Amino acid sequence: MAALGLVVSAIAFLFAVAVAGAAARRLPQAPTVVYGGTAAACALIALWAALRLAGGGPDAALVLPVGLPWIQAHLRADALSAVFLIVVNLGGITASLFGWGYERAHHDAHGGSQDGPVLPLYPLFLAGMNMVLIAADAFTFLLSWEFMSLASWLLVLSTHREPDTPKAARLYLLMASFGTACLLLAFGVLATAHGDYSFAAIRAHAPAAGAAALVVVLILLGAGSKAGLVPLHVWLPLAHPAAPSHVSALMSGVMTKVAVYAMIRVLFDLLGEPEWWWGGVTMGFGALTAVMGVLYALMQDDVKRLLAYSTVENIGAIVIALGLALVFKAAHTPVIAALALAAALLHVVNHSLFKSLLFFAAGALLTATGSRDLNRLGGLIHRMPTTAVLALIGAAAISALPPLNGFVGEWLLFQAILNAPALSEWSLKIEIAVVGAALALATALAGACFVRLYGIAFLGRPRSRAAGEAVEVGRAMRLGMAVPAVLCVVLGVLPTPLLRLFEPALRLLVEAGPFDGRAYQPWFWLAPTSAIGNSYNGLIMLVVIALLSVVLVLGIHRKASDRVRWSIPWGCGFDGPDPAAVTQYTASSFGQPIRRAFGSTVFRARDHVDMPAPGDTRPARLSVTWTDPAWVVVVEPLSRAVGWLAEKANRLQFLTIRRYLTLMFLALVVLLVMVAVTQR
Amino acid sequence: MSDLGYDAAHMLGAVVLLMSFALLYQRRLFSLLNVFTMQALALTATAAWQAYSHGEPHLYITALLTLVLKAILIPVVLHRIIVKMKIHRTIEPALGIGLTMVAGVSLVTLSILLVLPVTADATALTRENLALSLSVVLLGLLMMISRRNAVSQVVGFMSIENGLILAAVGAAGMPLVVEMSVAFSVMVAFIIFGIFLFHIRERFDTLDMQKIESFRGESD
Repeated sequence: MAALGLVVSAIAFLFAVAVAGAAARRLPQAPTVVYGGTAAACALIALWAALRLAGGGPDAALVLPVGLPWIQAHLRADALSAVFLIVVNLGGITASLFGWGYERAHHDAHGGSQDGPVLPLYPLFLAGMNMVLIAADAFTFLLSWEFMSLASWLLVLSTHREPDTPKAARLYLLMASFGTACLLLAFGVLATAHGDYSFAAIRAHAPAAGAAALVVVLILLGAGSKAGLVPLHVWLPLAHPAAPSHVSALMSGVMTKVAVYAMIRVLFDLLGEPEWWWGGVTMGFGALTAVMGVLYALMQDDVKRLLAYSTVENIGAIVIALGLALVFKAAHTPVIAALALAAALLHVVNHSLFKSLLFFAAGALLTATGSRDLNRLGGLIHRMPTTAVLALIGAAAISALPPLNGFVGEWLLFQAILNAPALSEWSLKIEIAVVGAALALATALAGACFVRLYGIAFLGRPRSRAAGEAVEVGRAMRLGMAVPAVLCVVLGVLPTPLLRLFEPALRLLVEAGPFDGRAYQPWFWLAPTSAIGNSYNGLIMLVVIALLSVVLVLGIHRKASDRVRWSIPWGCGFDGPDPAAVTQYTASSFGQPIRRAFGSTVFRARDHVDMPAPGDTRPARLSVTWTDPAWVVVVEPLSRAVGWLAEKANRLQFLTIRRYLTLMFLALVVLLVMVAVTQR
Repeated sequence: MSDLGYDAAHMLGAVVLLMSFALLYQRRLFSLLNVFTMQALALTATAAWQAYSHGEPHLYITALLTLVLKAILIPVVLHRIIVKMKIHRTIEPALGIGLTMVAGVSLVTLSILLVLPVTADATALTRENLALSLSVVLLGLLMMISRRNAVSQVVGFMSIENGLILAAVGAAGMPLVVEMSVAFSVMVAFIIFGIFLFHIRERFDTLDMQKIESFRGESD
């Protein structure tokens, strides 16, 4: 069909832009061409996807005569693909806008080209993500997936001169290979029965129960390692911050969503009728991920690393919603399943918006001050007012404050959780209660985390000379932040039209929409369970909050600010000539109570105070250590096992001819025996 | 005719397999070569018989090639090499003869179990012939790994090739057999020389221990 041809042409155009970027890397116009071309292609695809969702109609499908000769490349864009195409390309547009300004700012600052080949790889990364979303056979899907992984890996490597990058890139490559291997096995199991790798054939032949269970586990491992499910998240906080900021935004805000797409595609679409325990396992992973992710985030001093850990938390929330949807789909209550899945999709969109926004803000801070360390920022609300306001919107949205979009997503999710009593499985009822409590805890801690981030970075006094002399970033960067910020507000106030837009995708996956059987559903009102009880109106919320804020501001100004107060000139040593203002409350101070409450058991966090003896003039020192249990439990045993295997396999290099022959002979005999047995 | 053709072809194939077993328990190189010559002769007879009974004259060429190369030329050359290198007593089985025979019998069982169900649609002759030739191939492999001596490994390899040709002549109407047998024979010749060169190099390396130790940095 010609319609998908448009998307394919746009992807081909991205490749052309990449080639142009590689050819003209040194020219001053290169960033304009690359980012402009990428934004145009992304806008085209996003527009097509939105029209496709709004207009309905048959799926656009296309078979390209490339790829393996007997398979070819099947492409197809159904409603689910369209939803994620919008998410990916919206992220692509804003990241291009921001990246263009970022590139120019760094170009001006450093007087030369960027330190790595970002320009040619950036459109390739977006092309890879788009290809994953329209792939309709296992081969094309895995090829696109690997292409996406490698492009993002190279983008991480583009900052290879920084000391932490090689380690991050190596770990990322390891985890990406692991994830792809799991997906490969999963699709192998899915296609075993009939040997046809197209999604249509897989969908038509649902695997047996045992094979399906294996696929569920493999998908959770494979896509989960890309999305950042605990305990496979270890690469994320290293690799995401290492890339340039607009690429970090894409990796954290958008690429993890492609992993979510893979989970939805397999669990809801390809595997057929779900069983209740799939959802239980998925939810359990999600809850663990949400709580652990935010606890990690609370202990970070690096802005971008904090944001990467916060992505782990948000992915946890999305995966919880997916698990709920699976559970309710298995329990044959499709409307509630649609509600949970709607919450998941809404959170996917929301997170891509505010995480992009926050990574852009981190990039702006990096451009202005040259530092990502919270303890070297501070007071930037005076120096960078626009960035401060936009970052405040992002921080409030990710903390799920009304009337912003983060609130709506979490609220919908809790509506689905509150429907748990409708289930018949007792173990699930209990699990959902626990998961709900964990999610509430994670949300509250996320609030604390972003108060900490915003308060330390933007409020108070500058903590370094660079922060004191920071200047506001350029117009393109501010615009790149403003677009997602505005969308955060709009989606928070009016979420219903977006959910209506997503309804075809929900019908495709759970055979129901979230608004089925609800008589009262105007476009400004969100009432998924009942018209009178649990309902949300963003407009009323916005008006009430605005009115209360005005009253509060007026009250403060009338009652408090007009009185002149005098006090003794003692500022705890605060207002000396020292620009670092070392006596301020630091990021570590802010995180300390929560670190003590949770971190001492989970992360074995310890505070060490080095107090000098009386009379000694050296300063006292406080040092904090903590360990990521995922390193101890997963990564280190894994790397030890790989090393051990490599050591064993190494011996195979030094055998005699006869021993090699013996190995081959035994392998042949074993295979023949297997054939003989299976032929019975 | 068809009954006689079937029986004779079956019997000749069985003789080839029997010679494979005989190869497995030979303790002396000269008798090994003699048994191999007998296997090649049996194969020649099979090819000729198939050519005659199916009326496919190109199989005569195969038979001729087998006779000249396998039954005359290669045994003679190997015989000379053995005499020249004075290794006619060293057969060095890596696996005990009894165990080897047990393994050989299990391999034949395996190949019959494997081939008969797989080729349910084919003619009886093809099925049995395939089972016999797969057994010969597997026994040849077993021989290669159960002997330490290079000559017996070469003989094992060539008996593998005999099994392949047995399979090829059994399948009705295969025009490529001639070319295949020529190509295989040339390859075998190369492999014989390759293995001998390898062994000589290995001998040189192991002879000159001082040199090796200085390479490994073990001498002071």
